[in-house]
Amino acid sequence: MTLRRDDALKALIPLVNDEDIVVAVYQSCFDWLALNPRDLNYVAVGAMGQASSHALGLALANPARRVFVFDGDGSLLMNLGSLVTVAGAGVANFYHFVFANRVYEVNGSHPLPGADTVDFAGMARAAGYAGARSFEDLDGFRGGLPGLLEAPGPQMTVLEIVPGAPYPRDYAYIHSAAARQRFRAALNRPR
Amino acid sequence: MVLATAGKPGAAVAHPRGAEIIARLKTAGVREIVALPDIVTSDGLLWPISRDPELRLTRVCKEDEGVSICAAMSYNGTRAVMLMQQTGLMDSLNVIRAVGVDYELPVVMLVGLQGKEPHLAPEESAAYGVRIIRPVLDAMQLSHSLIEEPSDVDHIPEAIAAAYAASRPHVFLIGRSPEAS
Repeated sequence: MTLRRDDALKALIPLVNDEDIVVAVYQSCFDWLALNPRDLNYVAVGAMGQASSHALGLALANPARRVFVFDGDGSLLMNLGSLVTVAGAGVANFYHFVFANRVYEVNGSHPLPGADTVDFAGMARAAGYAGARSFEDLDGFRGGLPGLLEAPGPQMTVLEIVPGAPYPRDYAYIHSAAARQRFRAALNRPR
Repeated sequence: MVLATAGKPGAAVAHPRGAEIIARLKTAGVREIVALPDIVTSDGLLWPISRDPELRLTRVCKEDEGVSICAAMSYNGTRAVMLMQQTGLMDSLNVIRAVGVDYELPVVMLVGLQGKEPHLAPEESAAYGVRIIRPVLDAMQLSHSLIEEPSDVDHIPEAIAAAYAASRPHVFLIGRSPEAS
Protein backbone atom coordinates (compact mmCIF):
# COMPACT_ATOMS: atom_id res chain seq x y z
CA MET A 1 0.00 0.00 0.00
CA THR A 2 1.31 3.40 -0.94
CA LEU A 3 -0.12 6.88 -0.89
CA ARG A 4 1.17 9.28 -3.52
CA ARG A 5 1.38 12.89 -2.39
CA ASP A 6 -0.40 14.25 -5.46
CA ASP A 7 -3.20 11.70 -5.09
CA ALA A 8 -3.69 12.77 -1.48
CA LEU A 9 -3.82 16.42 -2.54
CA LYS A 10 -6.29 15.61 -5.31
CA ALA A 11 -8.52 13.93 -2.73
CA LEU A 12 -8.51 17.14 -0.72
CA ILE A 13 -9.42 19.44 -3.61
CA PRO A 14 -13.21 18.91 -3.59
CA LEU A 15 -13.34 19.36 0.18
CA VAL A 16 -11.48 22.68 0.31
CA ASN A 17 -13.99 25.51 -0.08
CA ASP A 18 -13.29 28.82 -1.76
CA GLU A 19 -13.34 30.58 1.62
CA ASP A 20 -10.81 28.24 3.25
CA ILE A 21 -7.19 29.21 3.78
CA VAL A 22 -4.50 26.71 2.78
CA VAL A 23 -0.99 27.07 4.19
CA ALA A 24 1.36 24.71 2.34
CA VAL A 25 5.11 24.20 2.38
CA TYR A 26 7.86 22.79 0.21
CA GLN A 27 6.93 20.01 -2.23
CA SER A 28 3.36 19.80 -0.95
CA CYS A 29 3.07 23.50 -1.70
CA PHE A 30 4.47 23.18 -5.20
CA ASP A 31 2.19 20.23 -5.93
CA TRP A 32 -0.84 22.00 -4.48
CA LEU A 33 -0.19 25.18 -6.47
CA ALA A 34 -0.06 23.14 -9.66
CA LEU A 35 -3.11 21.06 -8.83
CA ASN A 36 -5.32 23.73 -7.24
CA PRO A 37 -4.19 27.32 -7.83
CA ARG A 38 -6.44 29.60 -5.81
CA ASP A 39 -6.27 33.03 -4.21
CA LEU A 40 -6.35 31.84 -0.60
CA ASN A 41 -3.27 29.66 -0.91
CA TYR A 42 -0.81 31.06 1.65
CA VAL A 43 2.73 30.38 0.49
CA ALA A 44 4.74 32.99 2.41
CA VAL A 45 5.96 30.95 5.36
CA GLY A 46 9.50 32.25 4.95
CA ALA A 47 11.41 30.03 7.33
CA MET A 48 11.34 26.25 7.54
CA GLY A 49 9.09 24.88 10.26
CA GLN A 50 6.87 27.90 10.62
CA ALA A 51 3.80 26.74 8.68
CA SER A 52 1.83 25.70 11.74
CA SER A 53 2.56 29.03 13.43
CA HIS A 54 1.48 31.08 10.42
CA ALA A 55 -1.63 28.95 10.22
CA LEU A 56 -2.35 29.55 13.89
CA GLY A 57 -2.14 33.30 13.41
CA LEU A 58 -4.48 33.05 10.45
CA ALA A 59 -6.90 30.81 12.35
CA LEU A 60 -7.01 33.17 15.33
CA ALA A 61 -7.48 36.27 13.20
CA ASN A 62 -10.01 34.66 10.84
CA PRO A 63 -12.26 32.52 13.02
CA ALA A 64 -14.98 32.26 10.37
CA ARG A 65 -12.64 30.50 7.95
CA ARG A 66 -11.16 27.02 8.08
CA VAL A 67 -7.39 26.92 7.93
CA PHE A 68 -5.67 23.90 6.37
CA VAL A 69 -1.96 23.31 6.92
CA PHE A 70 -0.09 21.06 4.50
CA ASP A 71 3.06 20.61 6.54
CA GLY A 72 6.18 18.56 6.01
CA ASP A 73 7.45 16.08 8.55
CA GLY A 74 10.92 17.63 8.60
CA SER A 75 9.31 21.04 8.86
CA LEU A 76 7.16 20.05 11.80
CA LEU A 77 10.18 18.61 13.60
CA MET A 78 11.67 22.11 13.52
CA ASN A 79 8.67 23.53 15.36
CA LEU A 80 7.30 20.70 17.49
CA GLY A 81 6.36 23.08 20.27
CA SER A 82 3.79 24.56 17.93
CA LEU A 83 1.69 21.44 18.45
CA VAL A 84 1.32 22.43 22.08
CA THR A 85 0.74 26.08 21.21
CA VAL A 86 -1.96 25.21 18.66
CA ALA A 87 -3.69 22.87 21.09
CA GLY A 88 -3.48 25.45 23.84
CA ALA A 89 -5.03 28.09 21.61
CA GLY A 90 -8.05 25.84 21.07
CA VAL A 91 -8.52 26.75 17.43
CA ALA A 92 -11.57 24.81 16.23
CA ASN A 93 -10.98 25.92 12.62
CA PHE A 94 -7.49 24.39 12.35
CA TYR A 95 -6.83 21.27 10.22
CA HIS A 96 -3.22 20.11 10.19
CA PHE A 97 -2.03 17.63 7.55
CA VAL A 98 1.52 16.32 7.75
CA PHE A 99 2.89 14.86 4.54
CA ALA A 100 5.34 12.39 5.99
CA ASN A 101 7.94 11.07 3.58
CA ARG A 102 10.48 10.63 6.38
CA VAL A 103 13.19 12.53 4.47
CA TYR A 104 14.24 16.12 3.79
CA GLU A 105 13.06 15.77 0.21
CA VAL A 106 13.96 19.17 -1.25
CA ASN A 107 17.32 19.18 0.55
CA GLY A 108 18.77 16.00 -0.86
CA SER A 109 16.39 13.39 0.60
CA HIS A 110 18.46 12.79 3.70
CA PRO A 111 16.55 10.82 6.37
CA LEU A 112 14.89 12.59 9.28
CA PRO A 113 16.29 11.90 12.71
CA GLY A 114 14.11 9.14 14.07
CA ALA A 115 12.76 8.53 10.59
CA ASP A 116 11.71 4.96 11.31
CA THR A 117 10.08 5.56 14.65
CA VAL A 118 8.69 9.05 15.14
CA ASP A 119 4.90 9.06 15.60
CA PHE A 120 3.51 12.43 14.53
CA ALA A 121 -0.12 11.56 15.23
CA GLY A 122 0.84 10.35 18.68
CA MET A 123 2.70 13.57 19.38
CA ALA A 124 -0.27 15.68 18.26
CA ARG A 125 -2.59 13.62 20.43
CA ALA A 126 -0.27 14.00 23.41
CA ALA A 127 0.00 17.75 22.77
CA GLY A 128 -3.76 18.10 23.10
CA TYR A 129 -5.12 18.12 19.54
CA ALA A 130 -8.81 17.28 19.44
CA GLY A 131 -8.12 14.36 17.14
CA ALA A 132 -5.26 12.67 15.30
CA ARG A 133 -4.89 9.80 12.88
CA SER A 134 -2.58 8.41 10.18
CA PHE A 135 -3.24 7.06 6.70
CA GLU A 136 -1.01 4.96 4.47
CA ASP A 137 -3.32 4.33 1.51
CA LEU A 138 -5.55 6.44 -0.67
CA ASP A 139 -8.81 4.59 -0.10
CA GLY A 140 -8.47 4.87 3.64
CA PHE A 141 -7.70 8.58 3.39
CA ARG A 142 -10.61 9.26 1.06
CA GLY A 143 -12.92 7.40 3.40
CA GLY A 144 -11.75 9.23 6.48
CA LEU A 145 -11.60 12.73 5.07
CA PRO A 146 -15.24 13.87 5.36
CA GLY A 147 -15.50 12.78 8.97
CA LEU A 148 -12.28 14.35 10.13
CA LEU A 149 -13.25 17.65 8.51
CA GLU A 150 -16.61 17.62 10.29
CA ALA A 151 -14.87 17.34 13.65
CA PRO A 152 -13.84 20.55 15.40
CA GLY A 153 -10.14 21.31 15.35
CA PRO A 154 -7.40 21.27 15.96
CA GLN A 155 -7.22 18.04 14.00
CA MET A 156 -4.03 16.26 12.96
CA THR A 157 -3.88 13.97 9.94
CA VAL A 158 -0.60 12.28 9.09
CA LEU A 159 -0.20 11.00 5.54
CA GLU A 160 2.59 8.47 5.03
CA ILE A 161 3.33 9.37 1.44
CA VAL A 162 5.63 8.71 -1.47
CA PRO A 163 6.36 11.32 -4.14
CA GLY A 164 3.93 11.60 -7.00
CA ALA A 165 4.32 13.42 -10.28
CA PRO A 166 7.32 15.82 -10.38
CA TYR A 167 5.61 19.20 -10.16
CA PRO A 168 7.93 22.19 -10.68
CA ARG A 169 9.48 23.92 -7.69
CA ASP A 170 8.62 27.56 -8.28
CA TYR A 171 10.50 29.23 -5.44
CA ALA A 172 10.35 32.61 -7.16
CA TYR A 173 6.56 32.61 -6.89
CA ILE A 174 6.26 31.52 -3.26
CA HIS A 175 8.69 34.24 -2.16
CA SER A 176 7.15 36.91 -4.37
CA ALA A 177 5.32 40.05 -3.28
CA ALA A 178 2.70 39.17 -5.88
CA ALA A 179 1.83 35.94 -4.07
CA ARG A 180 1.44 37.75 -0.77
CA GLN A 181 -0.65 40.48 -2.33
CA ARG A 182 -2.88 37.97 -4.07
CA PHE A 183 -3.59 36.30 -0.74
CA ARG A 184 -4.08 39.59 1.10
CA ALA A 185 -6.52 40.90 -1.50
CA ALA A 186 -8.56 37.71 -1.41
CA LEU A 187 -8.61 37.60 2.38
CA ASN A 188 -9.93 41.13 2.63
CA ARG A 189 -12.42 40.91 -0.24
CA PRO A 190 -15.98 41.50 1.05
CA ARG A 191 -17.78 38.18 1.49
CA MET B 1 6.85 55.53 40.33
CA VAL B 2 9.52 53.11 41.46
CA LEU B 3 12.99 54.45 41.98
CA ALA B 4 15.80 51.98 41.64
CA THR B 5 19.42 52.36 42.57
CA ALA B 6 21.79 49.97 40.91
CA GLY B 7 25.51 49.78 40.48
CA LYS B 8 26.35 53.42 40.66
CA PRO B 9 26.12 55.22 44.02
CA GLY B 10 23.32 57.72 43.93
CA ALA B 11 22.01 56.57 40.57
CA ALA B 12 18.26 56.52 41.11
CA VAL B 13 16.15 55.91 38.04
CA ALA B 14 12.45 55.90 37.36
CA HIS B 15 10.69 52.93 35.80
CA PRO B 16 7.84 52.96 33.30
CA ARG B 17 4.39 51.83 34.44
CA GLY B 18 3.07 48.63 32.95
CA ALA B 19 -0.47 49.97 32.97
CA GLU B 20 0.64 52.90 30.84
CA ILE B 21 2.30 50.59 28.31
CA ILE B 22 -0.86 48.47 28.09
CA ALA B 23 -2.98 51.58 27.65
CA ARG B 24 -0.76 52.74 24.78
CA LEU B 25 -0.98 49.32 23.13
CA LYS B 26 -4.76 49.60 23.23
CA THR B 27 -4.61 53.12 21.86
CA ALA B 28 -2.63 51.69 18.95
CA GLY B 29 -5.41 49.20 18.26
CA VAL B 30 -3.63 46.15 19.61
CA ARG B 31 -5.89 43.45 21.06
CA GLU B 32 -3.73 40.39 20.37
CA ILE B 33 -0.74 39.66 22.56
CA VAL B 34 1.54 36.71 21.87
CA ALA B 35 4.02 35.96 24.60
CA LEU B 36 6.69 33.84 26.12
CA PRO B 37 7.39 34.84 29.73
CA ASP B 38 10.28 37.18 30.39
CA ILE B 39 11.29 38.13 33.91
CA VAL B 40 11.79 41.81 33.00
CA THR B 41 8.18 42.21 31.89
CA SER B 42 6.49 39.45 33.89
CA ASP B 43 4.97 41.40 36.77
CA GLY B 44 4.42 44.72 35.08
CA LEU B 45 3.12 43.55 31.71
CA LEU B 46 2.45 39.86 31.17
CA TRP B 47 0.50 39.13 34.35
CA PRO B 48 -1.72 42.23 33.91
CA ILE B 49 -2.21 41.39 30.23
CA SER B 50 -3.24 37.86 31.15
CA ARG B 51 -6.02 39.29 33.32
CA ASP B 52 -7.19 41.97 30.88
CA PRO B 53 -10.50 41.00 29.23
CA GLU B 54 -9.88 43.42 26.35
CA LEU B 55 -6.76 41.54 25.28
CA ARG B 56 -6.39 38.01 23.96
CA LEU B 57 -3.18 36.36 25.09
CA THR B 58 -1.69 33.50 23.10
CA ARG B 59 1.10 31.72 24.93
CA VAL B 60 3.78 30.15 22.74
CA CYS B 61 6.47 27.55 23.41
CA LYS B 62 9.19 29.34 21.44
CA GLU B 63 9.54 32.94 20.38
CA ASP B 64 9.81 32.43 16.63
CA GLU B 65 6.34 30.90 16.68
CA GLY B 66 5.06 34.21 17.95
CA VAL B 67 6.79 36.21 15.25
CA SER B 68 5.07 34.06 12.62
CA ILE B 69 1.71 34.29 14.38
CA CYS B 70 1.88 38.09 14.50
CA ALA B 71 2.99 38.26 10.86
CA ALA B 72 0.12 36.06 9.68
CA MET B 73 -2.40 38.03 11.72
CA SER B 74 -1.40 41.20 9.91
CA TYR B 75 -2.83 40.05 6.58
CA ASN B 76 -6.33 41.14 7.56
CA GLY B 77 -5.12 44.16 9.50
CA THR B 78 -5.14 42.54 12.93
CA ARG B 79 -2.63 44.30 15.13
CA ALA B 80 -0.59 42.11 17.44
CA VAL B 81 2.45 42.42 19.69
CA MET B 82 5.00 39.74 20.54
CA LEU B 83 6.30 39.93 24.12
CA MET B 84 9.60 38.21 24.86
CA GLN B 85 13.12 38.50 26.28
CA GLN B 86 16.15 39.51 24.21
CA THR B 87 17.37 35.91 24.22
CA GLY B 88 14.19 34.96 22.37
CA LEU B 89 14.69 37.85 19.99
CA MET B 90 18.13 36.52 19.16
CA ASP B 91 16.69 33.05 18.69
CA SER B 92 14.08 34.43 16.28
CA LEU B 93 16.32 36.45 13.98
CA ASN B 94 15.91 34.18 10.97
CA VAL B 95 12.12 34.31 11.14
CA ILE B 96 12.23 38.08 11.62
CA ARG B 97 14.55 38.30 8.62
CA ALA B 98 12.19 36.18 6.54
CA VAL B 99 8.76 37.57 7.33
CA GLY B 100 9.68 40.99 8.65
CA VAL B 101 12.35 42.05 6.18
CA ASP B 102 12.13 39.83 3.09
CA TYR B 103 8.32 39.66 3.18
CA GLU B 104 7.83 43.18 4.55
CA LEU B 105 5.30 42.35 7.25
CA PRO B 106 4.60 44.49 10.33
CA VAL B 107 5.75 42.46 13.32
CA VAL B 108 5.85 44.50 16.53
CA MET B 109 7.90 43.16 19.42
CA LEU B 110 8.22 44.19 23.07
CA VAL B 111 11.53 42.84 24.28
CA GLY B 112 12.72 42.79 27.87
CA LEU B 113 16.45 43.37 28.24
CA GLN B 114 17.20 40.83 30.92
CA GLY B 115 20.44 41.61 32.73
CA LYS B 116 20.59 45.26 31.79
CA GLU B 117 21.53 47.60 34.61
CA PRO B 118 18.67 50.12 35.05
CA HIS B 119 20.91 53.20 35.05
CA LEU B 120 23.01 52.23 32.05
CA ALA B 121 22.42 52.40 28.33
CA PRO B 122 22.23 48.97 26.70
CA GLU B 123 25.65 49.41 25.10
CA GLU B 124 27.16 50.16 28.51
CA SER B 125 25.86 46.98 30.11
CA ALA B 126 28.25 44.45 31.56
CA ALA B 127 26.15 41.78 29.88
CA TYR B 128 27.37 40.88 26.40
CA GLY B 129 23.90 39.61 25.51
CA VAL B 130 22.49 43.07 26.22
CA ARG B 131 25.28 45.13 24.65
CA ILE B 132 24.93 43.52 21.26
CA ILE B 133 21.16 43.92 20.84
CA ARG B 134 20.95 47.36 19.25
CA PRO B 135 23.99 46.76 16.99
CA VAL B 136 22.38 43.51 15.82
CA LEU B 137 19.07 45.26 15.11
CA ASP B 138 20.94 48.03 13.29
CA ALA B 139 22.82 45.47 11.20
CA MET B 140 19.47 43.98 10.18
CA GLN B 141 18.11 47.47 9.48
CA LEU B 142 15.29 46.88 11.94
CA SER B 143 13.47 49.81 13.50
CA HIS B 144 13.78 49.92 17.27
CA SER B 145 13.28 52.22 20.25
CA LEU B 146 13.98 52.13 23.96
CA ILE B 147 11.43 52.22 26.77
CA GLU B 148 13.10 53.13 30.06
CA GLU B 149 11.78 56.40 31.41
CA PRO B 150 8.07 56.71 32.29
CA SER B 151 7.60 59.18 29.45
CA ASP B 152 9.09 56.75 26.92
CA VAL B 153 5.74 54.97 26.71
CA ASP B 154 4.23 57.95 24.91
CA HIS B 155 5.79 57.02 21.56
CA ILE B 156 4.29 53.52 21.51
CA PRO B 157 1.10 54.28 19.51
CA GLU B 158 2.97 56.28 16.92
CA ALA B 159 5.65 53.63 16.47
CA ILE B 160 3.06 50.87 16.08
CA ALA B 161 1.07 52.93 13.61
CA ALA B 162 4.26 53.58 11.64
CA ALA B 163 5.16 49.88 11.60
CA TYR B 164 1.76 48.94 10.17
CA ALA B 165 1.72 51.87 7.76
CA ALA B 166 5.13 50.96 6.40
CA SER B 167 4.52 47.21 6.78
CA ARG B 168 7.81 46.76 8.59
CA PRO B 169 8.85 45.36 12.00
CA HIS B 170 9.48 47.48 15.07
CA VAL B 171 11.22 46.39 18.25
CA PHE B 172 10.54 48.10 21.58
CA LEU B 173 13.39 47.38 23.97
CA ILE B 174 12.32 47.43 27.62
CA GLY B 175 15.37 48.58 29.53
CA ARG B 176 13.83 48.78 33.00
CA SER B 177 11.22 46.47 34.50
CA PRO B 178 7.80 48.07 34.14
CA GLU B 179 6.16 48.89 37.43
CA ALA B 180 3.21 46.58 38.17
CA SER B 181 0.84 48.97 39.85
